[in-house]
Amino acid sequence: MKTLVVAGPPSSGKTAVIMHVVKRLLAEGEKAAAVKFDTRSSLDAETYAARLGIPAIGGISGYLCPDHYFISNMEEAIEWGKEQNASVLFIETAGLCLRCAPHIEGLPAATILDCLGGIQAPEKMGPMLRLADIVVLTKGDLVSQAEREVIRYGVRRVNPDALILPVNGLIGTGTLNLVKALREYRLEPDPEGARLRHDMPAALCSYCTGERRIGRRYQTGSVEKLCLRDAAGE
Amino acid sequence: MNRVDTGLTVRGGTDRKGRAEAIASLALDAGESLAVVGPTGSGKSEFLADLEQAAAGDTPSGRIVTFYRDGKSVSGPGLAATLSQRTHFVMDASVGEFLRLHAASLGKDALRLAGQTVALANTLCGEPMSGESLLQRLSGGQSRALMIADIALVSDAPVVLIDEVENAGIDKHLAVEILSGHGKITVIATHDPVLMLTGRKRLVMEEGGMRRLYELDAAEKLCLDRLRLLDETLISARERLRRGERL
Repeated sequence: MKTLVVAGPPSSGKTAVIMHVVKRLLAEGEKAAAVKFDTRSSLDAETYAARLGIPAIGGISGYLCPDHYFISNMEEAIEWGKEQNASVLFIETAGLCLRCAPHIEGLPAATILDCLGGIQAPEKMGPMLRLADIVVLTKGDLVSQAEREVIRYGVRRVNPDALILPVNGLIGTGTLNLVKALREYRLEPDPEGARLRHDMPAALCSYCTGERRIGRRYQTGSVEKLCLRDAAGE
Repeated sequence: MNRVDTGLTVRGGTDRKGRAEAIASLALDAGESLAVVGPTGSGKSEFLADLEQAAAGDTPSGRIVTFYRDGKSVSGPGLAATLSQRTHFVMDASVGEFLRLHAASLGKDALRLAGQTVALANTLCGEPMSGESLLQRLSGGQSRALMIADIALVSDAPVVLIDEVENAGIDKHLAVEILSGHGKITVIATHDPVLMLTGRKRLVMEEGGMRRLYELDAAEKLCLDRLRLLDETLISARERLRRGERL
């Protein structure tokens, strides 16, 4: 079972891109399944099932750090995919904070970047972009050719080795090249003992356990302060 | 199959009903322009998408698109620049900053190119801009003019795909001539009569297939000259009325 982890900011087009890829794979006789990790609520699993008729499940991290929730469930997600007899499994993650990357050594990793995010977006994306094997640029049809080229250059600077593919999430133009790229991967996932490509953020302060009040007296655990005084030149 | 040295070839596939395309092959040399015409739903956008993706018999049409440079086939990203009605600038910067950034990202002489591109854009559009103009304040016509000048001078893409850029307030005919003059292959899907006749070649789409290929003849050339005059009359009337003048 080929397994692709797909990451990207909210509304960047992850589900739309996966749907177009799945349509082509189904036409080629592959059996696809999808797992969607989300933070609050998501109808994506139902959308996959209704529009494409493929097995799909969703997981909601709720009050947990979505990154930690995601990685804690990776093994189960892959086992679920195998139970569905899927030949290709898509694991889609949303709600990640750009501090880390959900990408895993040994599994193909795609990050979706929305061209409307502007030309600085590649610099801001951090490890999620830097550690991807494939970077999919969406909504490129809405920005000028020049901005597309500058964004591509920005991605290249952050991640020199990634395959950069423009895909139109609405009508699917460019999906073809993404499907071709996926064929190159022949890896069988063995999640146990596999390693994340980047560490996860620490989550060990009073706010992690539901604290809502503001102020030093309510803060315990791992708390770091922004040095506002230094920044003001005092 | 037609051959080209630097340019592209398209080998026909099938239309939506599965019939072999009437135009079995098509070749475009550097500097040539092709108008793609046909009613909505005839397959113009799919044709452009096949070019954009360098289809290899794996799109619904089954067409095979090959790009050539100096007699050798080339592949990879950045071969086709695209421009459509939906294309906008999203960057918050001046025209000069934007052009210098684009040129620098491609390793080119940013200062020289920025000045040349602004000058070229101003030949396409009646409302002049400067390097200090803000991208987000440009009119629709100025934006289109700048995008075309930028593709002509800064972008490396040898092929330009234009989908439905009409009534943009720019000299469309001159825009295509400029792109051709810089060696670009220009493929335009359009319903605008002047643009349909601007390309020396005209591809007629029907039911998803390439149905006919026309070359501009002397009679149509005369029609084009008259239509351009009409078009210029309309544009100048619009400009004068916009400025609050009486005709």
